[in-house]
Amino acid sequence: MKLKKGIPVIDQGDKLGFWGGKFGGNFVPETLKKPIEDLEVLFNKLKKDKNFINERDRYFKNWVGSPTRFIKLENLTEHVGGAQIWSKVVSDANGGAHKIYNATVHCLLAKRSGKKVICGDTGAGYAGKMLSMAAKKFGLKCKIFMGSKDIQRQQPNVKAMKKNGAEIIPVYSGSQTLVDAVSECMRFWVANCDKVAMCVGSTVGPAVFVRICGWSTSQISRELKIQLVDEFGSIPKKLKLYNCVGGGSSSFGFWNEFMDYDKKQCEFIGVEAGGPAKSDKHAAPLTYGSKIGILHGAAQYVNQNNDGQIDETESISAGLDYPGISPLHCFLKDTKRARYTAASDEEALSAYKLVTKFEKLRPSLEPCHAFSVAIAESKKMSKDTVVVVNSCGDAYKDRAILEKRLGKKYV
Amino acid sequence: MFNPIRYAFKKAKSENRPALLTYTVAGDSSKKQSLEILKSISKKVDILEIGVPHNTPVADGSQIQTSSYRAIKNGVKVNDIFKIVKDFKKFDKNKPIILMGYYNMIFQYGENQFLRKCKISGVNGLIVVDLPWPENKKFSNKCKKNSIFFIQLLSPTTTKSRLKKIIKDSHEMIYFISMLSTTGGKLKVSSKQILSNYYRIKKINTKKNVVIGFGITEKTIKSLRKADGLVVGSAICKEITNSLKKRQNPVTNVYNVVSRLKNKIK
Repeated sequence: MKLKKGIPVIDQGDKLGFWGGKFGGNFVPETLKKPIEDLEVLFNKLKKDKNFINERDRYFKNWVGSPTRFIKLENLTEHVGGAQIWSKVVSDANGGAHKIYNATVHCLLAKRSGKKVICGDTGAGYAGKMLSMAAKKFGLKCKIFMGSKDIQRQQPNVKAMKKNGAEIIPVYSGSQTLVDAVSECMRFWVANCDKVAMCVGSTVGPAVFVRICGWSTSQISRELKIQLVDEFGSIPKKLKLYNCVGGGSSSFGFWNEFMDYDKKQCEFIGVEAGGPAKSDKHAAPLTYGSKIGILHGAAQYVNQNNDGQIDETESISAGLDYPGISPLHCFLKDTKRARYTAASDEEALSAYKLVTKFEKLRPSLEPCHAFSVAIAESKKMSKDTVVVVNSCGDAYKDRAILEKRLGKKYV
Repeated sequence: MFNPIRYAFKKAKSENRPALLTYTVAGDSSKKQSLEILKSISKKVDILEIGVPHNTPVADGSQIQTSSYRAIKNGVKVNDIFKIVKDFKKFDKNKPIILMGYYNMIFQYGENQFLRKCKISGVNGLIVVDLPWPENKKFSNKCKKNSIFFIQLLSPTTTKSRLKKIIKDSHEMIYFISMLSTTGGKLKVSSKQILSNYYRIKKINTKKNVVIGFGITEKTIKSLRKADGLVVGSAICKEITNSLKKRQNPVTNVYNVVSRLKNKIK
């Protein structure tokens, strides 16, 4: 299995949509074959269309607020005493997380295809919140599927979605989290694909959704590349990009533009959710060697039992609480372009305490997983190493959890 | 290849009626009871579809989901399903059995091993909901080599050129999904419309046995009786759920539903 240079990773799949011959694909009911093919044709055409790209860039700039900041975490760097620690503050983006890129592009595509309704899944609530914002902006009706457990633990985002006029459909089946929300959303699309567009909230699902999402979030690394050159005059000789990985949309977008660099110069580190320290459950299929299976239309490493039933996951961060992982990350893992590890709930909470103690930055629990590993590894690195952590979400949504776990003063 | 599915259709045709196919989930509500249900409805039914329960089903509505979760919770494993089929075949060896499920279950078991077990236990056909054409070409050929029908699915969204290609690669039985819906949805298009789509498929190759499924209940079954076969699933799963709620015997209640269905298409 080999990663090709000079071709975007999203376009390195084969005819049937498999990366490396075995990840991804289209394991979907017959009914969805046609709408997926239609979306593929539309996306392949528009991603080469200058007008469409200009339109996207205009919305990214004027509405999403591009570029998001790239800042040095001076105090944290001093405290840790190793590599320089920087952050790409993607939570600056309109709505407070990277999910806005994918949501915006899906709404633009829906408009072009003449659909009036868009449906989507959400875990932490960011994908749903952003989709509801974008839908409102572009005059589309919006339906959001969300696990009932996530509705309880991510109330601020639920309120935001309602305010934007989205209809929230609670999902009570299975573990009542993201995995069930995605299933229910796909079922809804099966029954309504003639009138409704679907947005999958991460780089997961049938191949075209993986590609659209990766194409959209790559805005993050496009900005970062320019910002690095502005700051250092060129891409640093020792660059390490840390990102949390749930479905994998922010990390893929954070790395994409650096794909062709040698990994000795530019290393990618993906941090999965290890779950509570004392629990066997986790959301880290790459770290803990889960087997390949089929989930939500794509072949990927996924937590499952011997029979092929998908396992329940457990993580403090709803956004990472997913048993599978993007086929793109499976591909990056097996080609050894990226390295994957996990942080536990407790480690993420400690990282939150540390970052907020030293910096004016409040990363949500998802990127705190990445901060945890970045901080630990930075200690042993030289001062000319540039560590960048993608702070891809804001902790506002986690208030209730933080108060419960760390006490009022951390909220 | 010899396959009793062919004879089931022949028999129904000779009686001038569509074949009746039922779908129940293996292990719902228990391994023992699901076998009892199969045995009791066997006389009334031409082909038995048995669902392999999966916990992330992307094409099933709430009735079949409920049955599947119940079966998984009660501990049913793939090997138990083969055992149910084997035990049933001891009781009625000529009744065709089709397993219906999601690809991950087959993938984890190993395609070859799965087919070997199908053959040993007496499975005659397979429906894999999320393994569409052309992705299913290789597996469908393997099925054929083992004298097992791989049943292709067609939907109202399937384009004409695609219909032709799928039918060309299909075995003797084809499953037509009546409408855009998950299983158990309310029939939202007219029977006339469904049948007109059905004839579009039949016209391409009249030799194939085409069954219609999704949204078929006691209320709607009669209007579609011109088809080669009709599948009822969610209505039966619902009956099991309701029986359990009312603390009644699901075996008797399901038998009664199936008898009424059969009477409507006689």
